[in-house]
Amino acid sequence: MSEVAEVQITREQWLATLSQRQGRALVDKFQKARVAVCGLGGLGSHIALTLARSGVGHLSLIDFDRVDLSNIHRQAYRLTHIGSYKTTALKEMVMEVAPFCQVTTHNTVLCAKNIETLLAEEDVICEAFDDPKAKALLVQAVREKMPEKMVIAASGMAGWGSPNTIQSRRVSQNFYLCGDEKSGIESGQSLNSARVQVCGAHQATLILRCLAGFLEV
Amino acid sequence: MIIINGKEMALQWETLEDYILSQNYLLEHIAVERNEVIVPKAAYGQTKLLRGDRLEVVCFVGGG
Repeated sequence: MSEVAEVQITREQWLATLSQRQGRALVDKFQKARVAVCGLGGLGSHIALTLARSGVGHLSLIDFDRVDLSNIHRQAYRLTHIGSYKTTALKEMVMEVAPFCQVTTHNTVLCAKNIETLLAEEDVICEAFDDPKAKALLVQAVREKMPEKMVIAASGMAGWGSPNTIQSRRVSQNFYLCGDEKSGIESGQSLNSARVQVCGAHQATLILRCLAGFLEV
Repeated sequence: MIIINGKEMALQWETLEDYILSQNYLLEHIAVERNEVIVPKAAYGQTKLLRGDRLEVVCFVGGG
């Protein structure tokens, strides 16, 4: 027996309530936006949910991996998701909070061969991978081949350093970077959910600010 | 002078490749923008650094 009441909300109710907080003009901008979240781990899973809650209309969720127990301590997934693809599990969670968000999932490894095709329709590319080579490859490819797209990347969020060392900066016109730019897992520091979420919240905030038209950090 | 990651420095490298090698960067972990334009990895050797250039070298570390 489920203790969760079935709640029927219409799209109009959902948007009207959000508009009372954020204003209709912003909600309209967010509704039109297409954001690709590349990597659905400690950064990407929380970023996608945050963007959906804020009314982003189209999310493309990209990851090749399945949820395992080691993800639960840091990422948005639940124990019941263990064994599921992250794309499927995250889409399910997004639909629970933002049922009218259009979610596309790509269960694949982003690589030089498919980046242009998979990201062609997106306005904003959120780089949320864990592997530094994958991060650099994605940013390089988007900046070279699709420089009109907004890229919001992350580097440096491991360990127990002060949250205040995680910062955002605009590297160039359409390229933003969040993180402390030095604390990586290769230095032996582990990732903890709180500090990773600080970095992810920077990324989500920058994405929403860019969509709202606030381009400076 | 050249500006690298926001800091003014004396121009002591001929090409972008010279600079990247001198700093021991891992090529696969970085992305470099010169005057707001990304430089393809294959072009580092031919990219001459000029006085007044503004370089941004983004070095990615692991975690996400």
